[in-house]
Amino acid sequence: MNHPWTGPRLARVALLLAVAVFGPAAGPRSGFETMSPELRAMQQDDLANPGMLHVAEGEAQFQQQGCTACHSAEAMQGVAARYPAFDAARDGPIDLAGRIAQCREERQGRAPLPREGKEMLALSVFVAHQSRGLPLTPNPDPRMEFVRRQGEALFRERRGQLNLSCGQCHDDNAGRRLAGSLIPEGHANGYPLYRLEWQGLGSLQRRLRNCMVGVRSEPFAPGAAEYIALEAFLAERARGLVVETPAVRP
Amino acid sequence: MRAFLAAALLCLDGAAFAQNVPVVGDAIPASLTGMPGDPARGRAIVLDRQRGLCLLCHSGPFPEERFQGDLAPSLAGAGTRWSEGQLRLRMVDGRRLNPDTIMPSYFSTEGLRRVGRAWQGRTVLTAEEIEDVVAFLVTLRD
Repeated sequence: MNHPWTGPRLARVALLLAVAVFGPAAGPRSGFETMSPELRAMQQDDLANPGMLHVAEGEAQFQQQGCTACHSAEAMQGVAARYPAFDAARDGPIDLAGRIAQCREERQGRAPLPREGKEMLALSVFVAHQSRGLPLTPNPDPRMEFVRRQGEALFRERRGQLNLSCGQCHDDNAGRRLAGSLIPEGHANGYPLYRLEWQGLGSLQRRLRNCMVGVRSEPFAPGAAEYIALEAFLAERARGLVVETPAVRP
Repeated sequence: MRAFLAAALLCLDGAAFAQNVPVVGDAIPASLTGMPGDPARGRAIVLDRQRGLCLLCHSGPFPEERFQGDLAPSLAGAGTRWSEGQLRLRMVDGRRLNPDTIMPSYFSTEGLRRVGRAWQGRTVLTAEEIEDVVAFLVTLRD
């Protein structure tokens, strides 16, 4: 069914070869590297990075919401680097925010937190921050392979009135300028992140919706399976980049 | 009679219309409205980042405009590189010349997926706006 010399495996081999031949520049490049020196400094200085306020808020929430009854912050190390995961109970993929919501509803019997609300973002950014500096190592569960392929199809599908795919900008034209903005490779290795354009912290799904609206397409509903499939593909595409959460972006 | 025809054509949406646009070679020689466009209005559309969107990808001879894109060729000299009819087809539906083009089809709703609710059934520009832009682009001689 899945021929060993086609699809992502071949892409991975090709990538390894490319790295061997052309050096590491051929690998994925974090948006961090193409930002202005000022923004890079802002991200790297925990006292200047506005995302760190949300991490602190998340640390408080982690205790207040009762997460520490089962989890330690140390045990969260590396978790974000391997998400999304496959969830046997729902027989499908689940992202970090989905797992936090599931934990809360099923184990604590409490009402769900709004996905893009302050508390959920704070909890997500706190948990993801525990993986800062660790390389993305996408979930090896074989059931995720199908999800990643779904995500790649979504990444390459043209959509909206302007009829553009994610890949047409972030693969084919990365490094060029869309009006004044440098097009990054679009790696999701720093979410939730602080975006100057938002003047706040936001999720990957929010960022994906921004682009979808930008090409005048109908965004998927918050939490939709399509976002999780896209996230799974993006994690594979960014394999090896380190988690930067909370990243800062223009 | 001619005005009536033009009005009837304008009532059709871009999808239906684009299929009936007489393409000759790599051009649409005839005006979509039956009338010439207005280059001054066309210039305003080209510079308008919500309407024409052109400068998101193209640069052009507009020194007063900051932040011009570089995903596509400069519009400078477009009028010497292409004829009016060639420019018109490239605006209406560039996919007819290159199915993989990143240039949106400004006057076609064919084959689009998941178009946002606010944009459904609408073309990026109207026939009249296309004519205005074409009339402007042919003036870009160097």
